[in-house]
Amino acid sequence: MSDATNDSTVGAPARADDPQAQKRADQNVSKSGQMLAADGTPLKRSLARALRRQKLRALMLIAPLLIFVLLTFIAPIADMLFRSVENEIVPETLPRTVELLGSWDHESDEAPGGEVFEAFYYDMALAAQLKNHTRLGTRLNYETTGISSLFRQSGRDIEDIGDVYLDQFEDLNEAWEEPATWIALMGDPDWRAGYTEWFDDGQEGAPPGFRPSEAAEEMLPRTTAVYQNFATFTAGARRDSLAEDEPWPVAYTALYQDLMATPAAADAFDGDTAALLREAAGALSDFETVDFRSYFIDEIDEDWGDPNVWATIQTFSGPVTSGYFLNAVDMRQTADGAAMQPEDQQIYGLLFKRTLFMSLTIMGCCILLAYPVAYLLANLPMRTANLLMILVLLPFWTSLLVRTSAWKVMLQQQGVINDVLVWLGLIGDGSRLVMINNQFGTIVAMTHILLPFMILPMYSVMSTIPPSYVRAAKSLGATNWTAFWRVYFPQSVPGIGAGSILVFILAIGYYITPEIVGGTTGTFISNRIAYHISSSLNWGLAAALGTILLAVVLILYWAYDKIVGIDNVKLGG
Amino acid sequence: MSTSDVVITETRTMPYGFTCGVVAAAGAFFGLFVGTAQGSGLAGIVVGAALCAGLAFLAMAVAGVAHERTFKWGVLALFAVAGFWIGALPGLVVGTLFGWFIGWFIYWVGRCRYRSKLPPYLTSGQVLWHYSFRVICGAIFVFLITPILVVMPLSFNAQNFFTFTPEMLAFDPAGYSLKHYRDFFNSADWQQALRNSLLIAPVATLLSVGFGTLAAIGLSQPHVPFRRAIMAILISPMIVPLIISAAGMYFFYSRIGLQGTYLGVVLAHAALGIPFVIITVTATLVGFDRSLTRAAANMGADPVTTFFRVQMPLILPGVISGGLFAFITSFDEVVVVLFVGSANQQTLPWQMFTGLREQISPTILAVATMLVAISICLLTTLEVLRRRAEKLRGLSPG
Repeated sequence: MSDATNDSTVGAPARADDPQAQKRADQNVSKSGQMLAADGTPLKRSLARALRRQKLRALMLIAPLLIFVLLTFIAPIADMLFRSVENEIVPETLPRTVELLGSWDHESDEAPGGEVFEAFYYDMALAAQLKNHTRLGTRLNYETTGISSLFRQSGRDIEDIGDVYLDQFEDLNEAWEEPATWIALMGDPDWRAGYTEWFDDGQEGAPPGFRPSEAAEEMLPRTTAVYQNFATFTAGARRDSLAEDEPWPVAYTALYQDLMATPAAADAFDGDTAALLREAAGALSDFETVDFRSYFIDEIDEDWGDPNVWATIQTFSGPVTSGYFLNAVDMRQTADGAAMQPEDQQIYGLLFKRTLFMSLTIMGCCILLAYPVAYLLANLPMRTANLLMILVLLPFWTSLLVRTSAWKVMLQQQGVINDVLVWLGLIGDGSRLVMINNQFGTIVAMTHILLPFMILPMYSVMSTIPPSYVRAAKSLGATNWTAFWRVYFPQSVPGIGAGSILVFILAIGYYITPEIVGGTTGTFISNRIAYHISSSLNWGLAAALGTILLAVVLILYWAYDKIVGIDNVKLGG
Repeated sequence: MSTSDVVITETRTMPYGFTCGVVAAAGAFFGLFVGTAQGSGLAGIVVGAALCAGLAFLAMAVAGVAHERTFKWGVLALFAVAGFWIGALPGLVVGTLFGWFIGWFIYWVGRCRYRSKLPPYLTSGQVLWHYSFRVICGAIFVFLITPILVVMPLSFNAQNFFTFTPEMLAFDPAGYSLKHYRDFFNSADWQQALRNSLLIAPVATLLSVGFGTLAAIGLSQPHVPFRRAIMAILISPMIVPLIISAAGMYFFYSRIGLQGTYLGVVLAHAALGIPFVIITVTATLVGFDRSLTRAAANMGADPVTTFFRVQMPLILPGVISGGLFAFITSFDEVVVVLFVGSANQQTLPWQMFTGLREQISPTILAVATMLVAISICLLTTLEVLRRRAEKLRGLSPG
């Protein structure tokens, strides 16, 4: 039953004089006095169901697009917000160090103790094998310059520590060179059988996942952890395999330490493996050892003794950080909390201020130029106005790059404007004006590009102002100026507001035009974001700057929605 | 019906002093430029003022309205010859234009024709302001349109310069050529870019029009829960600055392996085009009469038939203009494709952008001219569609 009849049944008793209607109404009322729909269900429920179905149908129509936009647009924006605080790389690459470093006092003027260095050795040695240490170095270098090269160099030298133990184990018994020895030592018997089968069968597909034996896990925890990493790496790399390569040197260091900690480890194993371990455990006391802390500081790089380096790692050890946001507002996070950047590195405040200043200037220029034009268009006869409107719409429809390249052609020192001025003799050939690659160029080009966005909303508001108001004001004795200022102008303010917010929102996030005509002094914050994404690769900082810009735009958008309404956005007049 | 013939205020001959003074000022203004170009600004002012004042006196006192046409032709010929004598062919053009202008200006001022379309009670100040205002507006229109007009002739430059060469100014055919257009059609890079643009934009447009039209129909139903929130999400690609969209898409698409793929660029462009489709189609649906679909359903049409046979033809203009907006968005877009695309997805705007930033070549101007031609076509189409839509809705009388 359709909505229209529902209304009439509700209103039916009022038309009691119509006998047929009365009869129909009686049929639709149940004994308890409830309204009934044609199929006998209570009208209320029937209506609710119809409404629900209608809502559902509308949502079904919207759903594909909503999902599409959420996946292709909102998800990327959310990802960017996430990246602006994300700091997984430090705790992921240095899990052991981060755990121990938590209790280190950064004000002690001294690098942390041997324990931390031991943990750091393992983290770093594994990271160096996986080539993760350079990425980590780059990340920490954003906070303290110099760390990048420190990490890169340490990654090269760190194998030497493991090699010390590796040589001694291999001198002791050549069996330690054999990959098979290690498989026998570390692997679970079932896994070993599966792996050997896979290896002999031509190595089709992925190898069976490594599973350590219980004995190894219990007696040789450090070695197991390292070997586990090695197994995962070889399985992923595919060029290496557990049966053909001896493990990384760091495994020998781990084995030495495990045997030192548990001299009786061999008892848990049997056969050749037990014999090997027993032999090694017996020889350990004669081994040449390495003190991690002094090796790092004395042999690899004295910077490891610098507490600042450790303070940086400690400060950025959490999985999330506010460091990027602090950087984006010229501050930095230190172990003691947030602090201002040094004077010479404060660039973002200046950049934000410049972006704001230039956007406001562009907005002001647009208002000044758009107002007369919109006024003229709104007050000319329809036919003439439509013709002149083409002059506004053509630039609006022309490609942004075409207009930008046109301004580049016009404003260059060997460009059209300078040539005309020289030809007219207003300036000398030697003193051509510099109008591009500075703020002036950006402001002129962007005013031109955004002018239609100001004219169109102004025009649509002004064309609704009745001309009789101004005439009435004049007939009451107002001068031209008073009539305009007190009567016409206040009515055109909504147009100015709509246009201004629109132009400001567009201007503040502009990238292409400032990049081409802005040089170094005419660039916006967006150019810096692009620089961090594609050149300096500091994605976190780019994301933080983007988030701040997005917040500003969203506030303006909200204001625009309040003042104008999103539904009232018009395109092209 | 034209209003241009209606005379509101009667014309009369102004005092000679006034006419000669105003025309002399105009002459002095132009004389300044000619003078400085020839070496002496002061001489230019004096000669220009004297010449024009003399002509004005001649026109008012001797020729009068009776010989207006003869006099105007005479002035035109005089300045054309003088221009040719001073500056050859370009001088001839400038001289002819100036001669035409000054002939018209003398009678316009001298016969008080400037008042003919204005009410008789306006004061001189108001008349002056009326024309000053129009001159200001004219200057702004010039500002709006000049950059686009300048690009076009420069694209036919025979040299690799970005300014008018002496040959071009002398209208020497040797100064013009189609060289840059040939470069465009013969360069593998530009052709690849054109192909990419033509591959990406239509698919992105199809996606946004398909999803967008459905959603717009859904959104214009009377009861839609969370309508404002949904609308805000769907419009957001238009509001969020492109650099932020580009950054987010770059991060996210490289996570899921879409960065640097054709599909990634198409999806990104489709997302950017969606708000335009939503806005135009919902605007069209506002004027759509819902009882038509009910009538169709009443006569036994299923919803799909109703949509394609009744609703679609009526909202088609809106859908097409939304599609055009989406197409031009994708076709012009450069920021997102710079980040989401890789070298294999270089589009025309990308190629222009790198050209402008690095090795600027006049081929860009040839491309720009062609793009302007395309936008003129699009603008015309849109205007036709708008008129049609208004006529369909009975909003416009003509």
